[in-house]
Amino acid sequence: MPKLYTGAEIVFKCLEEQKVEHIFGYPGGAVLPIYDELKNHSSIKHILVRHEQGAGHAAEGYARSSGKPGVVLVTSGPGATNVVTALTDAYMDSVPLVCISGQVPTHLIGTDAFQECDTTGITRPCTKHNWLVKDINELPRIMHEAFEVATTGRPGPVLVDIPKDIQFAKAKYVSAKKEKKLEIKNKNRFNQKDIDQLIELMNKAKKPIFYTGGGVVNSGPKASELLRELVLLTGFPITSTLQGLGSYPGDDNQFLGMLGMHGTYEANNAMHDCDLLINIGARFDDRITGKIDEFSPKSKKVHIDIDPSSINKIIKVDLAIVGDVTDVIKSTTKTLKKKNFNLQKSNKQQISKWWQQIQKWRTKESLNFINSDKIIKPQHAVQRLYELTKHQDTFITTEVGQHQMWAAQHYKFNKPNRWMTSGGLGTMGYGLPAAVGVQIAHPKKLVVDIAGEASILMTMQEISTAVQYNLPIKIFILNNQYMGMVRQWQELLHEKNYSESYSEALPDFVKLAEAYGCVGIRAENPDELDEKIQEMIDIDRPVIFDCHVDQAENCFPMIPSGKPHNQMLLGPKDQEENKITGKGKALV
Amino acid sequence: MVKSKSAYSIPSKLGKLETHIIVVWVDNEASVLSRVVGLFSGRGYNIESLAVAEVDQKENLSRITIVTTGTPQVIEQIVLQLKKLVPVHKVGNFKREDKNVIFKEMALFKVVGNSTKIKKALNACKKYNPVILDQTNKSAVIQITALRREIDKMAKNLKSLGLISVSRTGAVAMTRGAEIFN
Repeated sequence: MPKLYTGAEIVFKCLEEQKVEHIFGYPGGAVLPIYDELKNHSSIKHILVRHEQGAGHAAEGYARSSGKPGVVLVTSGPGATNVVTALTDAYMDSVPLVCISGQVPTHLIGTDAFQECDTTGITRPCTKHNWLVKDINELPRIMHEAFEVATTGRPGPVLVDIPKDIQFAKAKYVSAKKEKKLEIKNKNRFNQKDIDQLIELMNKAKKPIFYTGGGVVNSGPKASELLRELVLLTGFPITSTLQGLGSYPGDDNQFLGMLGMHGTYEANNAMHDCDLLINIGARFDDRITGKIDEFSPKSKKVHIDIDPSSINKIIKVDLAIVGDVTDVIKSTTKTLKKKNFNLQKSNKQQISKWWQQIQKWRTKESLNFINSDKIIKPQHAVQRLYELTKHQDTFITTEVGQHQMWAAQHYKFNKPNRWMTSGGLGTMGYGLPAAVGVQIAHPKKLVVDIAGEASILMTMQEISTAVQYNLPIKIFILNNQYMGMVRQWQELLHEKNYSESYSEALPDFVKLAEAYGCVGIRAENPDELDEKIQEMIDIDRPVIFDCHVDQAENCFPMIPSGKPHNQMLLGPKDQEENKITGKGKALV
Repeated sequence: MVKSKSAYSIPSKLGKLETHIIVVWVDNEASVLSRVVGLFSGRGYNIESLAVAEVDQKENLSRITIVTTGTPQVIEQIVLQLKKLVPVHKVGNFKREDKNVIFKEMALFKVVGNSTKIKKALNACKKYNPVILDQTNKSAVIQITALRREIDKMAKNLKSLGLISVSRTGAVAMTRGAEIFN
């Protein structure tokens, strides 16, 4: 007779088999048997958060920075509903999460029992797949499948809902190796013909550009290495989406900076004027494309993506290559070297005019801002933070808003997995819990959350988690007392009617830091900034850094709404001439 | 150019709408239908009709037939999105005009009236394989199988002959000839 295990034991046996080391969670009635079992599994450390949303974002930060799936454990009802934002965020940004939720006992499902909700119903649209475990014998298979679905193909969140009686019930354990494998839904579907076609397009191109995204990061560190080789080999310019930052060195000359709504002038103009656009692991998001009808009108478009449904969803492409970025780039480089060993030279001649044009755009220096010696400019603060942290391996998370865009523009990333930000869903409050997760995955590294004072208040409670586990995360708040991006839109589009975007009462962040048991630092003028940032870096405890910045600063350059890439607003002066008026307000 | 005050782009012109029949083979498990239907409602796709039933008890397979309208781009997205769902095995996609595919819907008509009227009603249905499922001296339930527009037409025409209730299924589809869809 084989040994029987309880549902709770099976959960942990699966986690052990999947080599899970950390889970982020919050206990509650319907998940207590699993919490009870925790003590018997020393290889798995539980991180107690202060709110389930925090657990989800922490797991996201953990996953994005380590490449391993993040695991979340929550209770039924409010525990599950609180994690929905984080699941949706992970779904939009393709982050592998496995969320285990408790559920009321099977016989009470559907009776509006205490802390009951239709968890699988609620999370169906925000997970790759979810399961309600109704039979204990199904549990091992479902747990293994959950990890497989979360991590294969285009990664994403999954949820396993386990009723309390199932956690107590007993069954045999079946190892993942013995389980019948799922039909792999996302596999490489490209062949050599596709690669040859791509190389032919590359050979012909006079104005090519690589447009890379989060898919390169998700494909693993090898993909970034291969991308560097390919870019160097071809001599083509490269731009990246918000999520792709770090997969190509930010300080390299072939890198044009981020593209899109707050991308650089050279990146967006190059996208507009190019004759060959090679999209690697990006999804033509509406923050990237601007006006669809006028998006890169003269180019042949190639799209490399592991998710077939990403192709032709927004932009019709001429060549679709469905596959893992690593494999596609590997074959491309291999073929390129074999067949066109001369390409390097000839191609660089062919595209030299293109580079001259790009240099012209570069002279606009679109990321410039007017600095001040009286007040800290937020861009300056990010630049100083970069200068003072660039010599060490630093991980940056952000909240959502102006500070996020300034971080993306002015902090230069040289490696993948160092940049964690909520791009698709745009979740304010993402950065602090994400920093907790990143620090758990990388205990010795410097982790900074570049934050806004409005965002940080949404998940402030997680600083308590950081204190509990001695996680020396740095919360670098660019405090302008406004919801800055909202204020900016109101200034540009709504006649400076700053409706509800000013926070009339803000906490004293230094005292707040002390109340939580961490360190508070305030910087109010540019002279003291460097010294204070250095102080922050040197402290081996969690720090809240309250950086008072110019309240009126706007984030430029930007593509105004409804405009194509070649009609950017460059700065305060440019803006007067191109005032945006007319209909469309209703669309927001 | 229309100027915008929005953070989002203005919708561009819609392409030509086409009607397609999408056939989906799925694991017959709890909530599989809501996954499929939820995909349609969540992404704003249209469902004109829907038919679902288990077709293979041993393999535990159900076959879902969905009639939908959309631009070619939307139809392509529907198929690709459906294929991503874990319990989905395969997805067939046919244009309604496709001559190689048979589509059928079934309808039940309840007609109330004297025997002459019922006779007339039955006669009107002659082309669509009418079957009388129930008959009393003042009523009849007639079953027909036909295309959607034919049933629409019959439902209209029978009004004057005492039609008081209509119940109908979604379309089911099958390819002609010896081939099956793979």
